[in-house]
Amino acid sequence: MTPFNINKIRSEFPILSEKAYGKPLVYFDNAASSQKPKVVIDALVDYYSTTNANVHRGVHFLSQKASTAFDAVREKVKTFINASSEREIIFVRGTTEAINLVASTYGRKNIGQGDEILISAMEHHSNIVPWQMLCEEKGAVLKVIPMNEKGELLMDQLPALLTDRTKFVSVVHISNSLGTKNPVKEIIRQAHAKGIPVLVDGAQSTAHEVIDVQDLDADFFTFSGHKILAPTGIGCLYGKLHLLEAMPPYQGGGEMISSVSFEKTTYNEVPFKFEAGTPNIADVIALGTAIDYWKQLDRKAAGAWEKELLNYATKLISEIPTVTLIGIAAEKASVVSFVIEGVNAMDAGMFLDTKGIAVRTGYHCTEPVMHFFKIPGTIRASFMFYNTKEEIDALAENLTKAIALLQTHSVA
Amino acid sequence: MSTLLEIEKEILSDFELFDTWEEKYHYIIELGQKLGPLEDKYKIEEYKIKGCQSSVWLNGEERDGKLFFSADSDSTFVKGEIALLMMVLSGQTAEDVLEAKLEFIDALGLRQHIAVTRANGLASMIKQMKTYAFAMSSANK
Ligand SMILES: Cc1ncc(COP(=O)(O)O)c(C=O)c1O
Repeated sequence: MTPFNINKIRSEFPILSEKAYGKPLVYFDNAASSQKPKVVIDALVDYYSTTNANVHRGVHFLSQKASTAFDAVREKVKTFINASSEREIIFVRGTTEAINLVASTYGRKNIGQGDEILISAMEHHSNIVPWQMLCEEKGAVLKVIPMNEKGELLMDQLPALLTDRTKFVSVVHISNSLGTKNPVKEIIRQAHAKGIPVLVDGAQSTAHEVIDVQDLDADFFTFSGHKILAPTGIGCLYGKLHLLEAMPPYQGGGEMISSVSFEKTTYNEVPFKFEAGTPNIADVIALGTAIDYWKQLDRKAAGAWEKELLNYATKLISEIPTVTLIGIAAEKASVVSFVIEGVNAMDAGMFLDTKGIAVRTGYHCTEPVMHFFKIPGTIRASFMFYNTKEEIDALAENLTKAIALLQTHSVA
Repeated sequence: MSTLLEIEKEILSDFELFDTWEEKYHYIIELGQKLGPLEDKYKIEEYKIKGCQSSVWLNGEERDGKLFFSADSDSTFVKGEIALLMMVLSGQTAEDVLEAKLEFIDALGLRQHIAVTRANGLASMIKQMKTYAFAMSSANK
């Protein structure tokens, strides 16, 4: 096995050699969105330069070329997450749209008055609000698997939360604000024992783990392209074929029909039934290129490197006086979230920004997590396989400077 | 007391000394750290402008026909922004505050950076200051 060649990898991502305010850019906001390798950027330019046409509609050369390239990506995604059929892959804008699709089709059809939907205490708003909207419409009830102070789900409470009224479970695989890796396989096992389907929000996990939806036995799985080296505006919903086939369509329009008359319209087959209108052709094709990139990457080595970055950052940052880590689960992805006594997170984030270091501050779209820890937000550094220890050194060093500048004097 | 526009000009000439965002950041932090305290009795919901990443408490008071502000925030940077506004608006008449266009803000070259504070941004602070001015000028009519 060749050693993980970080310099070579960094050279494949043009933005990593950019400067911010004349300083080397340190990009630690990967959980919000990943950077893109040149091959993905080139795929977009190439598509518009050589292939651009609408798909599935034309008899002409370009339309066939575009359709072939487009169709090939469904197969790539299928292999990437190990679905059993490419018909189980639905192209959507991202995780948010994927969850909304399931809530408003599967959910509307199968969840009624007094039924329960179970989520976890560390969900992203996009895995809370669509279910709350459904609950409001149907008179259903949203239940929550609680967590402990480390940011781990209280799995011993799960059996009691899976009741006769539970009709759906939707949980995050890896938390974006805490980094916790949840035992989704076990959650699915217990839910299935009671005949309850489970959606896994894989927005974060797809970037850090090899996903196998069949091994997980997930009924639905969602991810966003922009977090896995692909462009914004494209993502996938995986669903088991028999579930997708029984679901009503999502939006109406072209592509999703098989025949239309004013009296009656019959719908196209899965997956087209859920893909109304002209799809996001360019970004689908570039998603395919991103998946090719993942395929040639030594994912074991990349995962080991991320683990090393996580351990290194955890040690350096937790050693800084007055810093408290938020989210110290035993099983974690490369996310370090923390608060500093007497220092506003946004002030510290802006200080780091002046040094060219990009972190995220605030709720990270997980406001209930912040309420649980009784904090007004965290500073979050999230790492990808293309980050380095030198960058983490710069983060730690500048955090110490930020604290010296910003800490109010009341802190002992 | 200088006029509002004169003070705006002075601030702008201070800012001309800074080339980088880093220098501007440090200047605003320093202003925030120097901002006088707000009495505890104003640190309640009634005086709060709630934001996403920080909260601001703002009070306006009339003294000798002029409007005076005091404020606090859990963010030092936001306090610095308030301090900038107060340098211009505090101690002016209600009418002047109401009419202030505050064009200097755009000239500071901070727009892209203060976007992060927008949920609690200058716009809502300015609006609150003008509300105080409006209340004062209405009461005096
Ligand atoms: C865990 C998790 N779920 C859902 C989302 C929403 O993804 P998107 O905004 O790409 O739809 C995110 C992204 O921020 C996330 O981290």
